[in-house]
Amino acid sequence: MTNYLYYPGCSMEGSGRSYRESLEGICEPLGITFEEINDWNCCGATEYVSLSTTPAYAMIARNLAIAAGEKKGTEPLVAACSACYLNLAKTDHYMGQQPALNARINDALGAGGLHYDPGTIKVRHLLEVILNDVGLDKVKAAVKKPLTGLKVAPYLGCMVPRPDVDGAYTNHEQPNDLDRLLRALGADVVDYPLKTECCGGHMTQVAPKVGLELIRRLVAEAEKREAVMMVTVCPMCQINIDAYQGEMNAMFHTHYKMPIVFFTQLMAVAFGVEPGKAGVGREYTNAKKTLVQALKAAPELTLAAAGVAPAARKPRPDKRALPMPRMADSEVEE
Amino acid sequence: MVVAQVSSPEVADAGARFLAEVGAKTAGVSRLEMCIQCGSCGGSCPSADAMDHTPRGLFALIRAGERDEVLHSNTPWMCLSCYHCVVRCPQDILITDVMYALKVIAEEEHTYPNNVAPDFAGVFVGQARRFGRSWEMGLTARHYLRHYILRLPRMTPMALGLFRHGRIGLLPHQIHQKKQLQAILRRADELERAR
Repeated sequence: MTNYLYYPGCSMEGSGRSYRESLEGICEPLGITFEEINDWNCCGATEYVSLSTTPAYAMIARNLAIAAGEKKGTEPLVAACSACYLNLAKTDHYMGQQPALNARINDALGAGGLHYDPGTIKVRHLLEVILNDVGLDKVKAAVKKPLTGLKVAPYLGCMVPRPDVDGAYTNHEQPNDLDRLLRALGADVVDYPLKTECCGGHMTQVAPKVGLELIRRLVAEAEKREAVMMVTVCPMCQINIDAYQGEMNAMFHTHYKMPIVFFTQLMAVAFGVEPGKAGVGREYTNAKKTLVQALKAAPELTLAAAGVAPAARKPRPDKRALPMPRMADSEVEE
Repeated sequence: MVVAQVSSPEVADAGARFLAEVGAKTAGVSRLEMCIQCGSCGGSCPSADAMDHTPRGLFALIRAGERDEVLHSNTPWMCLSCYHCVVRCPQDILITDVMYALKVIAEEEHTYPNNVAPDFAGVFVGQARRFGRSWEMGLTARHYLRHYILRLPRMTPMALGLFRHGRIGLLPHQIHQKKQLQAILRRADELERAR
């Protein structure tokens, strides 16, 4: 069991509850444990940094100081929410880069009896931890119910691959991280070029026309690519696309019904957790039916789980349909 | 092109002063003075349509010392914090953080073009400072009553749905050490004012 410090963030206790519930279901199969840091506070999202600089960063740094105090070895601090992750990582990064900012933040932290030396805590996002520390082999080995035939659009959103202060991503616009993970669960991952486009963040609250248009683009593209659900890593993306889809439909006279779930929910379900226990069904656009249908429709479930049946392949297009040079099937199989 | 228009020493001075002011307000190292006016930022921006100046245009105005025009612009308020421009900028300018800095200055001087976004940030932050956690219910209820009365009929079933799915609580979560957090923030306020 590898232990990590864990910063849940406010949404995990409210609108993003299914993220937390499903996270609980995947820790044991993956051999990791998360230790929630004590009495953490809100990271301020993108709101506080728009109001005032020093207090915004001091508020974030309080969490880093707490984590530094609870650290036993070299374990990193893991956040699942994209905005929380970025705020924590950015604060550590800027404090190390800007001595004046570091001095002001530590002066403020001192008023609460705290101190933080930049670089003490390594902040990481949950998805990156699962991919790089746990590894896809372990994920594949934990799959009991492969999501065969479930066509999903991998939606990563902005703040995990960008601005990437720690240089964890080689591709900031079309990374395939979430694709690879979902494929390891057996899902049929559609090509989704808008995977790191913005959901609008707080725009649904402050400039609805702008926000709803961004949501429309994302949902329309997922539908066009024949995905039956979108998969996200961020509570803000989830609630925007889920809860505001109705208002978006009304505005653009469309009729989309695209469910969106957290990647941990699909992991939990593939690991054998009951969909309801993984928080599936808390969406406005219910994902449960789609998911259960997909699980039922996959005939080689048990065989594949036992490693007997090969993963389903896309049927090859008719030879006459493609005026392109192709290898013979026998060569491909080999 | 714009640099060539900055001919008089007064204008150049005003530009340099404002550029330095924005740079100092930016949390990271802004590198704003390195802008080559290539327009990659505006071309990458998903909300550029809604902006009165593209980011590139805004940076030209900063250099030209057009402080009023910049601080009244809606551009920083339309920024989504998606960081597309940041990873594409050939000069590695922290465009998103520059936008935050411009919002902070506009907040201090009350020059924002409309008060919806500043209000939202203000209420969010007020609650986070008070409770140590954000309070989704309190925030949205207050915000919609104040700014989007007409959206309420559609929002009410949505809020009920959130309750039904157990995704929103009536009361705020609170941290234990509220006093400690507030002491930190009061000191941070003083330090920010003294800058």
